[in-house]
Amino acid sequence: MTQTGINGAPAKSSRKLPTWLGLLLADKFATAAVIFLSLVLVAALIGPALLDEVAGKVAFRSRNLAPFQLDHGVLMILGSDSLGRPILARIIVAAQNTMMIAGFTVVAASCIGATLGLIAGYSRKFLSDAILRLADVIMSFPSLLLAVIVLYMLEPAVGNLVIVLAITRIPVYLRTTRAEVLEIRERMFVQAAKVMGASSWRIAFVHILPMVLPTLLTIATLDFAFVMLAESSLSFLGIGIQPPEITWGLMVAQGRPYMNQAWWLSFWPGLFIVLTAMSLNLISNWLRIVLDPTQRWRLEQRRETDHG
Amino acid sequence: MAEHVLDVSNLSVEFHTAGKVVEAVRNVSFHLDRGETLAILGESGSGKSVSASAVMDLIDCPPGRITSGSIHYRGEDLLHMPAGRRREINGRKIAMIFQDPLAHLNPVYPVGWQIAEAMRVHGMPAGDARRRTIELMGRVGIRDPEQRARAYPHQFSGGQRQRLMIAMALGYDPDVLIADEPTTALDVTVQLQILRLLQALRDETGMGLLLITHDLGVVAEMADRAIVMNAGEVVETGAVRDVLRHPGHPYTQKLVAAVPGQGSIRQGAVSDAEPILSVRSLNKHFGAYHALRDVSFDLHAGEAVAIVGESGSGKSTTARAIVRLDDADSGSVHYGGRDLCALGEKEMFRLRRDIQMIFQDPTQSLNPRMSVFQIISEAWRIHADILPRNRWRERVLELLDLVGMQAEHADRYPHQFSGGQRQRIAIARALAMQPRIIICDEAVSALDVSVQSQVIRLLDNLRDRLGVAFIFIAHDLPVVRDFADRVVVMKEGAIVEKGDVVQIFEAPAHAYTQALLAASLEPDPDRRGGQHRESA
Amino acid sequence: MGRFVLKRSLFSLVSLFGLLVLVFFLSRLTGDPAALYLPVDAPQSVRDAFREARGLNAPLISQFGDFLVNLAQFDFGDSLRRQRPAFDVVMEAFPWTLGLAGLTMVLVLSGAVVLGALAAIKVGGVFDRISSVISLTAASAPDFWLALMAIFIFAVGLGWVPTSGTGTPWHWILPVAVLFVRPFGLVLQVVRSSMIGALSSAYVKTARAKGVKQRAITFVHALRNAMLPVITVAGDQAAGLLNGAVVVESVFGFPGVGKLMIDSILQRDFTVVLAAIMVTSLAIFTMNLLIDLAYALLDPRIRY
Repeated sequence: MTQTGINGAPAKSSRKLPTWLGLLLADKFATAAVIFLSLVLVAALIGPALLDEVAGKVAFRSRNLAPFQLDHGVLMILGSDSLGRPILARIIVAAQNTMMIAGFTVVAASCIGATLGLIAGYSRKFLSDAILRLADVIMSFPSLLLAVIVLYMLEPAVGNLVIVLAITRIPVYLRTTRAEVLEIRERMFVQAAKVMGASSWRIAFVHILPMVLPTLLTIATLDFAFVMLAESSLSFLGIGIQPPEITWGLMVAQGRPYMNQAWWLSFWPGLFIVLTAMSLNLISNWLRIVLDPTQRWRLEQRRETDHG
Repeated sequence: MAEHVLDVSNLSVEFHTAGKVVEAVRNVSFHLDRGETLAILGESGSGKSVSASAVMDLIDCPPGRITSGSIHYRGEDLLHMPAGRRREINGRKIAMIFQDPLAHLNPVYPVGWQIAEAMRVHGMPAGDARRRTIELMGRVGIRDPEQRARAYPHQFSGGQRQRLMIAMALGYDPDVLIADEPTTALDVTVQLQILRLLQALRDETGMGLLLITHDLGVVAEMADRAIVMNAGEVVETGAVRDVLRHPGHPYTQKLVAAVPGQGSIRQGAVSDAEPILSVRSLNKHFGAYHALRDVSFDLHAGEAVAIVGESGSGKSTTARAIVRLDDADSGSVHYGGRDLCALGEKEMFRLRRDIQMIFQDPTQSLNPRMSVFQIISEAWRIHADILPRNRWRERVLELLDLVGMQAEHADRYPHQFSGGQRQRIAIARALAMQPRIIICDEAVSALDVSVQSQVIRLLDNLRDRLGVAFIFIAHDLPVVRDFADRVVVMKEGAIVEKGDVVQIFEAPAHAYTQALLAASLEPDPDRRGGQHRESA
Repeated sequence: MGRFVLKRSLFSLVSLFGLLVLVFFLSRLTGDPAALYLPVDAPQSVRDAFREARGLNAPLISQFGDFLVNLAQFDFGDSLRRQRPAFDVVMEAFPWTLGLAGLTMVLVLSGAVVLGALAAIKVGGVFDRISSVISLTAASAPDFWLALMAIFIFAVGLGWVPTSGTGTPWHWILPVAVLFVRPFGLVLQVVRSSMIGALSSAYVKTARAKGVKQRAITFVHALRNAMLPVITVAGDQAAGLLNGAVVVESVFGFPGVGKLMIDSILQRDFTVVLAAIMVTSLAIFTMNLLIDLAYALLDPRIRY
């Protein structure tokens, strides 16, 4: 086996834009996704504060308005429901719960899953197997049904919802982390660190973890979309979020009886779910390319040609 | 003038990657006729493989592009013929075998099926193809071909797999066989067998052989003519004797000079003093597989002991057992009055500073996310008592200088360096601990020949200046000739011979050592297979 | 390989058992189990009588013992709503779910494999980009929303198909179409990336050097190697469908296990719930076994 190499290439030259931003702009889809997602996040953060009143105000004069009519005000652009509440406002307000539940779930699942995965990947066979079995057991449960049952028996509070969803997602992070750790462990720079006398802690946190984080981030982004869809399904079935709390999934369910007269009640919230999930997918794809040094050149190439 | 069977003229190929255009091949010309062997000699990045891939239509366009030149097969223009006709020629009249046979065989189909496919796709009826497959498998030396045709690639050894690839290429008695580094991934003794097989087949069928390699020994052994490539261009061509004996171009001269094992054998200093490291009766099993059998040897201060063996010999396992990466099942390693194998982690920690290791693959042995400074200074992070923090930068620069690198390299990252430079960084990292012993686990095997000799010279230098002792692990003998004081030869987990370097090279006692020596090809065309040849 | 399959089977059985035990204990320990079975406003006397009749006052261990014994005989007791053995009720519903899931997965696999292979041949080409958009959108769409929209447009609006229920092949079109979307998107993505990997492998280079035609390279050489990760993902998706496509069945009124489960939960018919869990888990377990066998068939390195 012979080696190819660049002889002492110069360090990265400075660019006008920070590297990340430049790489992002090279991928038009990812850029659009980030913009959309930022809007959603803004809505989630300040939406309820700004629009809670408007979203909850009952106004019989403007009930069941079809979308794209502006005579009752900009907020009615997506239509209104049988109580006269503007759909756009409700969607913005509902963004908070939708994002929060998915967010907490992903954070909890990823932290616990990654930690367990790190332990499983790095410890003795017995402990490693035991943890893996635990993950397998969780994975083989029919997750949606388990969630339904548990929530039914324990009552569907937001806290329970997050816990149940998080538990079903832990195995994904656990298995991926464990597989990565096992692979990285055998790499020579880890071996070299061991020969130098590095402790297991040092190896795990200084050498291995930084290499696992990119993959985790990519998965977490995708997972966010999955959890959002799962929560929506549960809320749709009536087992998730309960009124007066509101999420997009619940909005779709609430619009169901009115499908024939007011299709927009279910359409818009569902569309937002789709767009958010798509954005997350696109960002996840972008992350995967950016964080992989061997693939990065695709984006860098486009960036170079853009800047001439 | 009769046309050549294969005629490549002024070929240029470029690749578009990472926003740049790389000219991989520039105005390369060569030709080949039946019955002769042409070697394309070059290191990595020289463009030798790309030239061959162009002949076989294996270059992906995009990102590659043939920008100029022509390739003619018996007068027909390969580059501009219809795809169907090109496919007819590829595989029938021009065939190719590759470097890593395991990766190049489809893992999910039986080998017989894959070999027969080479014939089926060109119209041979299935029954005939099958018969010919069995015949060819026997011809290339596979025992029991009827049975073995139903087996899968992973059930064969490396050498056997390469034989199967050769069988796959011979279906229609090709005029030209292109062999792209066919023996690089194989053990030295197996390499010789495969080369012999190629020679025999060439003599039998009269086909032309286009041999691509970086190994001058292989060129000397096999080729009639040679072209030398560097950075995409042909720098020298001619008969093999001329090119190797009287190289004209400076690059060729550099290559020839860098071949290890020329000149006089190092007169090793054999020390009578107490050994600093004593390995006694190391044994290790991996499940049922007996990896180390009673391995014992000594290492004296400032001395270099080479452990030579092929794959499966246990040489790396021994090294890993000494540094406690994989503990041996039994046996002892005495150092500084203690048995390393019996120490707990804490005690081992203190002694780790004295024994360091350099690994084979420079790409993998450095953390890609750490700068050179961080990589080297990590030693002092772990062992806080070696050097106070305020002296770290100074010392890193000293070490970089010691290994032949520049100060500004300290803040760069591994991917910005070549293989040889990365290995130097790895050496600097090892030296940061101020060790008394450095174990080099095939430290130069993955490097280009010219870089290899530089690194070995560096290690030699360090040994003289710093008095560090070395355990140098290699898979063939020539490379240790310039560096080692004593040699230990291992086979299948056991030591078959030990002695000082002169004795091993001039009067090897054990049959295996002799075989290993015989299989090392010298870059001298007059010394093929140990016989002298009349000048051509 | 036999050992491998055996280990996995044993393991799935253990999980199944674990699941049932979990549900059992949850139902007993979270408050009054009678509350789960009876209407919310049932008077205390009815609850007491119920508990007595069902042996819910017996010590937990003996309840568990009875539970296990009955389990072995597939006896979950009678459905409270339907006055029939719960197990029978579930087994009536199961074929519908099996039908839906089976048909959907057949369509998903054939569609995704062909499309993904074609997309991988010319990465970045028109075909590839179209299929990327399709797979991205499909993987992001929630099935309940698709179901509602599909009914609204195709059943109510255009009147091409019935809105719900069963009876004719027409009734199957929308449910299968809606169920198809998400697994298709996900499997398509995996097929594409797996095929790209296979097509750039060394053995494909050998095949080209031999003169094998592109179609044979794609579908004979590359595809089989690419299928391994695809089967894993397809298996996961199929498991999801076998769980009972709860939402789709509810919305379209398909009498499958998913709908049965939801209804039973809302109607507090807990015996049916338990029976349904058992049946679906057994189905998933069988399917995992089949997947492992498929693995071994596809990849001789596992077999030998």
